[in-house]
Amino acid sequence: MTTRKVFIPLHGEEVAPRFDLATEVLMGECDAEGRILIEKVLLLPGPSAERLCHMAISERVQAVICGGIDQEVYDYLTWKRVEVIDNVIGPASFVLRHYAAGRLHTGDILSSAKRS
Amino acid sequence: MLDALPWGVIIFDIQRRTLFCNQALSTLIGLSADAAKGLRCYNVLRCRACLSDCPTEKPGPMTTPVTFETDLINRDRKRVPLRVTLAPLLDLRQQQIGFIETIEDLRPLMELGAKSAQAYRFSNILGQSVQMVKLFRIVPVIAQSDSSVLITGETGTGKDMLADTLHQESDRSKGPFVKINCGALPETLLESELFGHTKGAFTGAVENKQGRFHLAHNGTLYLTEIGDLPLTLQVKLLTFLDDKVVYPLGGTKGFAANVRIVAATHRNLEQMVREGRFRQDLFFRLNVMRLHIPPLREREGDVRLLLDYFVNHLSQKLNRSVSGYTGKALQLLLAYAYPGNVRELRNIVEYAVNVCQEGRIAPKHLPAYLTEDRAQPLVEFIPEPLRPPPPHPEPQGVKGTWPTVEKQMILDALIKAKGNRMKASQALGWARSTLWRKIKLYGIDAS
Repeated sequence: MTTRKVFIPLHGEEVAPRFDLATEVLMGECDAEGRILIEKVLLLPGPSAERLCHMAISERVQAVICGGIDQEVYDYLTWKRVEVIDNVIGPASFVLRHYAAGRLHTGDILSSAKRS
Repeated sequence: MLDALPWGVIIFDIQRRTLFCNQALSTLIGLSADAAKGLRCYNVLRCRACLSDCPTEKPGPMTTPVTFETDLINRDRKRVPLRVTLAPLLDLRQQQIGFIETIEDLRPLMELGAKSAQAYRFSNILGQSVQMVKLFRIVPVIAQSDSSVLITGETGTGKDMLADTLHQESDRSKGPFVKINCGALPETLLESELFGHTKGAFTGAVENKQGRFHLAHNGTLYLTEIGDLPLTLQVKLLTFLDDKVVYPLGGTKGFAANVRIVAATHRNLEQMVREGRFRQDLFFRLNVMRLHIPPLREREGDVRLLLDYFVNHLSQKLNRSVSGYTGKALQLLLAYAYPGNVRELRNIVEYAVNVCQEGRIAPKHLPAYLTEDRAQPLVEFIPEPLRPPPPHPEPQGVKGTWPTVEKQMILDALIKAKGNRMKASQALGWARSTLWRKIKLYGIDAS
């Protein structure tokens, strides 16, 4: 069974507006049918884009979902074969479900203010 | 109306949901005003300050505008430095109903600052002319290599400063920088100074002495006025450049000195070679990397830059409140040819700052030879590289040279203070010890 691991840096309950300033990460794992198998929050000692990148690589995640990300970090992650879906706005768990269902794209705004 | 402003403007309600953002901000962040509407401000702006130290989250109503510098990452993944001013929006009853933020992109300012800092300065050398910018570009490259360098340029152009910069920017910067003036010592003494001597090598050599080559081990040896090096020593220097071993006078044991040679001269070495006064083989060995510092009269725009720099620098250093130059003084200073180059320019400004004391430097504050000796066509000054630089025009009475003027200033101050040195030093803006030292230097009988 193939599963996909995803990292979503957090700002409260939402996708962090800045990858480099996040101090929490939602780590999710979903299967090919779009079911969420694992959903857990990891606390970081402090905001650091380098540390997050290192974590993403060492945890072998397939995708990172975030708001703003520096081009340099984006290039690094994509070079390491990690898909980066950036400029995403919305509650992290909702965004994770969208990703699992294969409906999430760069620039998606899933904020409740926009959904209503 | 807000769309016409060159700065970004965003308005949000008390829950910090975006109500409006103007065209400039939309362009900066890469998000349309429609897409931003209703979103929390931190999702729209993505400022560092929004996420770490947002002023709107501070307890109590906001009363006054705040300005801070921060950065954002826009939709093109570019980090943009910003200056943000955040102010509360109040209704007619003075109740806070939201916030308005103006956002200024600092990139143009920063680019300008970086560009100007690069173009106008390298270490302690100032210049914005094409020749100096070219020089600033090549110096770091030459500094990083370990080859011998020959610096040429007229007197006062800053050869010593450039040699020091080359050392400081090189991998040898932790090592010693040893300078020796080849024209300052008689031949026999110079040989002993450069290469050292052993005990008993000549009368008076009572102990072993290490030469400058030895002292500069793992560093840089700067040979200034290399054109004045006697022919016999040129051979010895050549031998060192070939096998990197120095033999002290009277000694048989050599010392392998790891030294980088930087040589400088204001003389035309090629012509000296042609005339048989400088060894061709030594010239070729020294001329591995050559840096030529152009004279000030060829450096377009640098005179003004240096005048402004020195007036600010010296006015601070000498504790004066001189703010600049009058139009006429500037005209005179810009028209002058500066045969003594930057050194002369600095001395002129130092003289003027001392004489002017406050306000702006006028022609009457400049040395007499600048204002009175109009007969000499200074702008058409042509250097003669083989000879020493032409002397300054003859002093005009007591106003001629700086030491004469300084002596006169001290005498005037002492007369005004009725011989009271404390009062005289205060009037001159010097410490009492400085005045005492100068009185002694000029042999003034202040009793």
